[in-house]
Amino acid sequence: MAATNNLQQKTGAKKFGAMLSALVHRQIFIPIAALLLLLIFNLIADPSFFAITLAQNSAGDPVLSGYLITVLDNASELVILAIGMTLVTAASGGQDISVGATIAIAGSVVLRVLCGTNSRPDTLQAPIIVAFLIGCVVSMLFGAFNGVMVAFFKIQPMVATLILFTAGRSIAAWINNNELPIISDASFGYFGNFIPGIPVPTPIFIAALCMIIIALVLKFTNLGLYTQCVGINAHSSRLNGINPATIKFLTYVILGLCVAVAGFIKVSRFSTINYSVVAKDIEMDAILAVALGGNALSGGKFNMASSILGAYVIQLLTTTLFKFNVVSSALPAYKAVVVIILVVLSAPVVREKMLALWTKIAPKKRVKEAA
Amino acid sequence: MQEGAVLEMRGIDKRFPGVYALQHVDFTLRAGEIHALMGENGAGKSTLIKVLTGVYQKDASEIFMQGTQKPLVIKSPQDAQKAGISTVYQEITLCPNLTVAENMYIGRTAGALTKWKQMNKDAQTLLTSLGIPAQATQQLASCSIAVQQMVAIARAVDMDCKVLILDEPTSSLDEQEVAKLFKLMLDLKARGVGIIFVTHFLDQVYEVCDRITVLRDGQLVGEYIIEDLPRVKLVSKMMGKELGELSDIEAKGEAVHVDTKSMPVIEVNQLESAAGIKPFDFTIRKGEVNGFTGLLGSGRSECVRAIYGADHVTGGKVKINGKEVKIKSPLDAMKHGISYLAEDRKQDGIVGDLSVRENIILALQVLMGFFKPIPRAKAEAFAKEYIKLLGIRTASADTPIKSLSGGNQQKAILARWLLANPIYLILDEPTRGIDVGTKMEIQKLVLKLASEGKSVTFISSETDKMLRTCSRLVVMRDRRVVGELSGDDLTQDKIMMTIAGGEKK
Repeated sequence: MAATNNLQQKTGAKKFGAMLSALVHRQIFIPIAALLLLLIFNLIADPSFFAITLAQNSAGDPVLSGYLITVLDNASELVILAIGMTLVTAASGGQDISVGATIAIAGSVVLRVLCGTNSRPDTLQAPIIVAFLIGCVVSMLFGAFNGVMVAFFKIQPMVATLILFTAGRSIAAWINNNELPIISDASFGYFGNFIPGIPVPTPIFIAALCMIIIALVLKFTNLGLYTQCVGINAHSSRLNGINPATIKFLTYVILGLCVAVAGFIKVSRFSTINYSVVAKDIEMDAILAVALGGNALSGGKFNMASSILGAYVIQLLTTTLFKFNVVSSALPAYKAVVVIILVVLSAPVVREKMLALWTKIAPKKRVKEAA
Repeated sequence: MQEGAVLEMRGIDKRFPGVYALQHVDFTLRAGEIHALMGENGAGKSTLIKVLTGVYQKDASEIFMQGTQKPLVIKSPQDAQKAGISTVYQEITLCPNLTVAENMYIGRTAGALTKWKQMNKDAQTLLTSLGIPAQATQQLASCSIAVQQMVAIARAVDMDCKVLILDEPTSSLDEQEVAKLFKLMLDLKARGVGIIFVTHFLDQVYEVCDRITVLRDGQLVGEYIIEDLPRVKLVSKMMGKELGELSDIEAKGEAVHVDTKSMPVIEVNQLESAAGIKPFDFTIRKGEVNGFTGLLGSGRSECVRAIYGADHVTGGKVKINGKEVKIKSPLDAMKHGISYLAEDRKQDGIVGDLSVRENIILALQVLMGFFKPIPRAKAEAFAKEYIKLLGIRTASADTPIKSLSGGNQQKAILARWLLANPIYLILDEPTRGIDVGTKMEIQKLVLKLASEGKSVTFISSETDKMLRTCSRLVVMRDRRVVGELSGDDLTQDKIMMTIAGGEKK
């Protein structure tokens, strides 16, 4: 009896070990582990982190509030950017560092169209959808500019996008003659806050919609296959009839579209814009989301779900730090420490070592249990 | 040491895991001679040179230099340089953004301070004395490739080298530049420098060299004085086939017979590409298997790449089934039913990180278009079918292709192009680096495809394989089509004679 029990335990442990090994080797394991780690930390430190309450916002509508909601809400822009950044990284083996600056441009364009000639209009000068679409077009044009630099002039992505990284915010200011447009129409704020009657923040829906769209695109087109092919072996791709330059260009245009959506949410949140601060450093977070997702920053194979989870992990981290009253000026330093830990732990070398360690410890445990 | 020898290598052995790269190779270089080191790909030329320059450690052997009694120990390129052995590689290894003089003296100035004026003056003197058309203060990148190569040689000369190794120095030069380089080589020869010249160009060997050492499969075939070794013999030594004694009986009969009056599937007229091949004509009919042959670097691949649109086409016409078509990119070629299995499997064939399945469906997928992905189930069925058909050994269809062996990768790429269902299939060195069994399978497959009415062009260095499958061979030398053999002319002897060419010597 004891023997069979023992045996069962052994096979059970073995099975568990195999499952663990399979899971650890999965790419998505990294962001999931990071997510769980942060959640567990919060659970231990202060379970109130998970509380979600129904509160009233300034307009008197009932809305959900709580840290988790904040995380989901605030992560929206980052998630949308991570989608485009993943594609750009996969195809061109480099990153676009101009997304923060082009968000300022996209936001500025949206406000400009809504305001018309007056910087503080009483009524909207154009339908919101028109403003949004124009923002998209402009943002995609800037994406196309980056794309041309990278794909056709073969400039390193970091260098090519450095141009707009530097110039973007002043272009954004110039679009509105460096004035501060303020939209007083409440309906514009719906997209960055709440739609009356719906207790969930709108950006969460927008991000979800973007995720659904990219999932469909990846399923019903060859975007995924082509970008990965080009990123892994451009020579081979060319001989197989794929034009690497076109694909790279396309990914930058798609990222441009993502930037437009993110920029739209950003300006809608405050109904105004601060050119030098809006979406500051978001490009680094977007790149980090891709990296945390376990995607090689040198391009090639990618896992979109992993990147998106990576984006949520970063926002969760930021919100956690805020909750523990880390001074906002010290925030980046704390963040950096956590990021270093996460990145090191997710490095393949370390993962292999840890797995080896686990398999070494595991048999001992079994022996102990048997005894 | 032999009389007059400046370098002697005796019994060089070099083993890589599982293979002998060099086996008891002897090599002697005399002062004031230009010595060609010849051999087909994989013969061991580069290994020998790398042993000599300290890139590889030899397993057993002795290397002697003039004036030393003890065998030389070369453990690093620095050791080789100190001993007076300098190498100029095919790719320039200098710094293009420094000046000519800086490049000549980089890393060799005494002390921390450089006497710029003196350095420039010395450099200029040397350049002038060697007749190199460059200014000492000129930026290296502003010189032509040939001049850059000469600067590299000048650097070697100034380091008081006794042995100068030129590894494929002429492959990126045009004829005039080659002439200049040869003048410099002859000049150095007159100064008593021993030069080892590695090249694929036969004409060039006979133009400047005094002696030839031939290697094959890591073994020494022999050392010959150039007058004693006519071209045909050199080619036969390199290929390991003796003239006359070849059995061509088995070569024929298997090749598919083709109606020579039918409309050609592909007709190429004076096609020219940016890859530097001379304009060529070419035709292939339905169900025909033909081939391009010639030594490595003779322009075989460049010809088919021009047809496939892989290189930039600069002139000429291509007709498919009698209709003139414009092929500007590989995609155009694929749409016209042409498939091209590239020579360099790793660089141009596999998409390493993707699965075997994705690699197999890739070409068909591209043909179907961006918006019509092959459903997963169908892709899996295709992969399964071809893995079985070609006997691809893989753990599963989801395994990354890079973890397969070379032969299985090749089969997967072949599957990719078969799945695309072409009317014309180009196979560029499909059997390189794969085992004998797979080679036979691929040959059989080629004949089967032809019998199904597909046209196949086959490129290989192994002429016996070609003879067995091809009914017509286009022979190339030095980037030019020099002959077309078919019927009774299709023999090893005839091929070798044509490859060697008899016009000049």
